[in-house]
Amino acid sequence: MSGIPHDHYEPKSNGEKWLNSRLPIVGLIYDTIMIPTPKNLNWWWIWGIVLAFCLALQIITGIVLVMHYTPHVDLAFASVEHIMRNVNGGYMLRYLHMNGASLFFVAVYIHMFRGLYYGSYKAPREITWIIGMLIYLCMMGTAFMGYVLPWGQMSFWGATVITGLFGAIPFVGESIQTWLLGGPAVDNATLNRFFSLHYLLPFVIAALVVVHIWAFHTTGNNNPTGVEVRRGSKAEAEKDTLPFWPYFVIKDLFALAVVLVIFWAIVGFMPNYLGHPDNYIEANPLVTPAHIVPEWYFLPFYAILRAFTGEVWVVQFASFITGGIIDAKFFGVLAMFGAILAMALAPWLDTSTVRSGKYRPMFKWWFYLLIIDFFALMWLGAMPAEEPYATFSLIGSAYWFAYFFVILPILGVIEKPMAQPDTIEEDFNAHYGKADAEATPAE
Amino acid sequence: MFKKLAIGAAFALALAPAASFAAGGGEQHIEDFSFSFEGPFGTYDQNQLQRGLQIYTEVCAACHGLQYVPLRTLADPGGVGLPMDQVRAYAAENFTVYDPELDEDRPAIPTDHFPANTAAGAPDLSLMAKARAGFHGPYGLGINQLFKGMGGAEYIASLLDGYTGEEKEEAGVILYENTAFPGGWISMAPPLSDEQVEFIDGHENTVEAMSEDVSAFLMWAAEPKMMARKQAGFVGVIFLTIMSVLLYLTNKRLWAPVKGKKSV
Repeated sequence: MSGIPHDHYEPKSNGEKWLNSRLPIVGLIYDTIMIPTPKNLNWWWIWGIVLAFCLALQIITGIVLVMHYTPHVDLAFASVEHIMRNVNGGYMLRYLHMNGASLFFVAVYIHMFRGLYYGSYKAPREITWIIGMLIYLCMMGTAFMGYVLPWGQMSFWGATVITGLFGAIPFVGESIQTWLLGGPAVDNATLNRFFSLHYLLPFVIAALVVVHIWAFHTTGNNNPTGVEVRRGSKAEAEKDTLPFWPYFVIKDLFALAVVLVIFWAIVGFMPNYLGHPDNYIEANPLVTPAHIVPEWYFLPFYAILRAFTGEVWVVQFASFITGGIIDAKFFGVLAMFGAILAMALAPWLDTSTVRSGKYRPMFKWWFYLLIIDFFALMWLGAMPAEEPYATFSLIGSAYWFAYFFVILPILGVIEKPMAQPDTIEEDFNAHYGKADAEATPAE
Repeated sequence: MFKKLAIGAAFALALAPAASFAAGGGEQHIEDFSFSFEGPFGTYDQNQLQRGLQIYTEVCAACHGLQYVPLRTLADPGGVGLPMDQVRAYAAENFTVYDPELDEDRPAIPTDHFPANTAAGAPDLSLMAKARAGFHGPYGLGINQLFKGMGGAEYIASLLDGYTGEEKEEAGVILYENTAFPGGWISMAPPLSDEQVEFIDGHENTVEAMSEDVSAFLMWAAEPKMMARKQAGFVGVIFLTIMSVLLYLTNKRLWAPVKGKKSV
């Protein structure tokens, strides 16, 4: 499966040969687990395991929660309280699931920004990147619909606002919105379909994860230097890599355990820290909350959505040349989805031949600014839609697009990259002061 | 290394304000009470919860329901902790419920919930202590939730305590000035007065003392499994910390030969 030369599974006993000639599953698992992995991976590469753990955690806790949950507008809120009060360990399951979503997004954002910094999206890993973006989109859909299920005030009004975005699409918007909701407004039909899709999408994510892993097992992992593993021979490849098991499995499990200490402390000691108090009030279509705020992980894009008001000249211009088809609301929706699309297009927007940001003196600073921009937008997304936040949101949104559509293409042309190591082995040995000694993997 | 730490720290810190700002807030004044159940090791004060139950029953229950709270949970450990026979007597004495099989009202039994009460249009109190965030400071990051909780109990106590005595009439409704309520004017008349509830042990029954007691009770009503949760949290953190140390040592030993270090 992998492009990097390495030992493959050889069936020895008759039983193994019998199975292998019919279903080579042991070989598949062996090749997957023993995949040669660049030995210089740093701690930013541990989030994949955390993400896999999150998916498993969410699916397992979710399946048990479903056994006690009732997707009906009159019963949903009460059934969540039933879980919290009557189901054995239900409060823990529910808080794990609720905070598990946040851990999932913490991990996915770090994982994505790691990819952006080290150029993991660049050829030949575009497919891995695109699949990753699809996973991220599915995660957002799943998280959004999951937040509706407890049927609290924020559930209801969040659903109303977000499905309203589709209503902004010219001509067909209202029909699409009605189709999505199953009626003229958020109601029982909406809750039921969201419940159904909330259960379905995680399995779509699981399938996409398999493809994601398949893709990067074919190209091999990127690594902090961005230099490819030598593939001339197995001996050469072994100087740059170590098998995933046990080296990276143990390393990743250690990192996962540390992450889980923090996660568990939050679940145990302040499980409602990332939640919104209003969601402990049952949904009421007649009472609108003072501030409708999405979950923290949507805030950067929510800020971009709100940034483009009718006063912004770009919006007025777009409205003018399209004869009013693109109004401020639709422009905001386009901007929000465009912000995610911009990330997905990174492999083709980045013109630099150097992969890793480590060797790109100018890129680095623009990248750090993007990180700051991301957090600034997250903060602005939680602020009321008034000055000075509106202006800041606009600046933040502008930088987000500028980074992908202007800075990345230009940097590749004007930047003079620093010298990269010739091989991963060289980088690894330089780091561990073994410049002369031959590195031999432990048996 | 420092750079990595800095980025990591930025991630950790940036998550925090999102949550605290998301909660929003007006210009209310929320007193920072020191409740026994705050912090990772805080526990409910059983005596206080029982006083709070008495205040709820004698005062609040006239207008407010507790529809999500099953009466039997009054006997649960880590909460109000009444003996089961007392719960039975309490349920029968204080509440009647409609029984669809008998097609008539009967005295409540422990398997019933506290009744809902919508007569006065007052909100249900089952989750009130989690549905209001009292304060978001003082550290600005919301991290104080780790030590103080969401501040829902503080909000309730401040509200009960926060009447200034001013009142006004607006569209036929009398509004009372309250320093804790968003907007400053609340339609609920001051519910508590000094010495309104007599405690069997002669405990202090000023408005301030009773506000705190009933707020603690409502915190329990909203989060009855808090003590079990914190215990699970504590055990899990200890276990995972030990796991981390063991995996750290395993990892160190595993990589030592690769990194040219002596095996430990």
